[in-house]
Amino acid sequence: MPPHPRTTPPTGAFPATRLTLVQRASSASPNRGPALQSLAAAYWRPVYKYLRLQHRLPAESAEDLTQDLFVDLLTKDALVRFDPARARFRTWLRVQSDGLASHAREAAGRVKRGGREGILSLDFDDAESELRRAEPAAPGDPDDVFDREWLRALFGGAVDALRAACEADGRALHFELFRRYDLEPADPRPTYAALAREHGLTEAQVLNHLAWARARFRREALQRLRELSGSDEEYRQEVKRLFGEAP
Amino acid sequence: MTFLSDAALSRLRGAPGPPDLSGTRYELLGTLGRGGMGTVYRVQDKELQREVALKVLDVDDDERLPGEARVAARLEHPGIVPVHDLGRLPDGRLYFTMKLVRGERLDRWAAGARTLSERVAVVPRLCETAAFAHAHGVVHRDLKPENVMVGPFGEVLVMDWGVALVSGEQAAGTVAGTQGFMAPEQARGGDTDARADVHALGALLRWLVGDAAPAPLRAIAARATAPDPADRYAGALELSAELSRFLGGERVQAHREAPWERVARLAARHRTALLLVAGYLLVRVVLMLLSNRGPA
Repeated sequence: MPPHPRTTPPTGAFPATRLTLVQRASSASPNRGPALQSLAAAYWRPVYKYLRLQHRLPAESAEDLTQDLFVDLLTKDALVRFDPARARFRTWLRVQSDGLASHAREAAGRVKRGGREGILSLDFDDAESELRRAEPAAPGDPDDVFDREWLRALFGGAVDALRAACEADGRALHFELFRRYDLEPADPRPTYAALAREHGLTEAQVLNHLAWARARFRREALQRLRELSGSDEEYRQEVKRLFGEAP
Repeated sequence: MTFLSDAALSRLRGAPGPPDLSGTRYELLGTLGRGGMGTVYRVQDKELQREVALKVLDVDDDERLPGEARVAARLEHPGIVPVHDLGRLPDGRLYFTMKLVRGERLDRWAAGARTLSERVAVVPRLCETAAFAHAHGVVHRDLKPENVMVGPFGEVLVMDWGVALVSGEQAAGTVAGTQGFMAPEQARGGDTDARADVHALGALLRWLVGDAAPAPLRAIAARATAPDPADRYAGALELSAELSRFLGGERVQAHREAPWERVARLAARHRTALLLVAGYLLVRVVLMLLSNRGPA
């Protein structure tokens, strides 16, 4: 079977005319500033947690390095060094974090870091709180550690968007079922029958409410993923890796 | 930001789960199975008040779904599941509905206690369906146990025409199919024709009857799965005819039988007549013995 050309851009597709955050942040357009801010908002948590988990840095050092990394991205042309043909943006960012961590160790005791507070407003206390809630994990493959925290941030944002959409559309029950069945750590998960009894629904209604919420979650996650990918090909590979299917 | 545990991340990854059918005429009832191209669900058609199967395609390719649905829809045959409807879900994925087939997938059916004849008899039916498709310019390209359903009354249906090749399309360069059933030329991404399905049917036959099958059956499977398409049966009907000869106790073309095999085959084929003759002779012998003993 020959590859089929797309005739319309389905949901989750990658419109050729639309630039990703990475592309906009790398360009000289007036949108560069907002794009860089969005990029920092999407990636600072994974970077901070990665430095804490993988490099075992104290919270203060990890905060400083995270600030340094994104301040460099915002104020310098650090992004010009990123080549989407050679690596995913996420991998590039992880390597930058490794470099910063390595330099910080070498400079420890010689240079006092800090002094950049206020340039970026990042809620490190919240990130620390998340680290305490996460399952304890030993440092592993750097990409795996970074990817896991990046995914947690990506999906966390998508869940927030889903909650907001449910509240706006009067679908609070949809979100509640999604939260109970897919998000809560209960093991085993409640059955559809139990959820149906609890909320006065039929099992089919539970099934369909959950299907709606999952589809909306997936759409939100794909939109974020599309924004954060460095290229069309990277987006497709990410979707396949995350959802086991083509976008 | 909402914090998600590792368990929640795992749940949210993978397949997107049951489809959102709001805005369609269908209500989800359950999942039937997952194939290479998508997932099939059991749904209720709320307008016609009947259960149907709804397939959601993973591949978000505008031509893929209409292609699969169109192929199945144009092949109106008892061995092919009819397509009812197609559309797009709210999340953008494409779906189509088809008749809900009650029965077992061939791999599960074959796991039960089946006689050799029952197993062999499945293949000619598949051959007839494949031959019908070939006559309409369609090569299935993925015939395997998971894509065959056996109904409660013994009906055999071919499913999943997702990678079917329609006459006029060019398949070179694209590999589609399943290892173990796929023809060598198909695995290489080369040109394929109906003989690729003949290969898959031969592989299915071998899979159904096993390596301990009678020599004629093994010979049929070997010829159907010959590496060179020119050495295979010319079409699915030729393979079907060969299997019918085997089931009817006739000599098959793929196997040169030894004299003792011929005797055994003829004996098996004419077993009833031979038993009658043997019984008649036995009675005659007994009667002769009794008459010879007569009153002294």
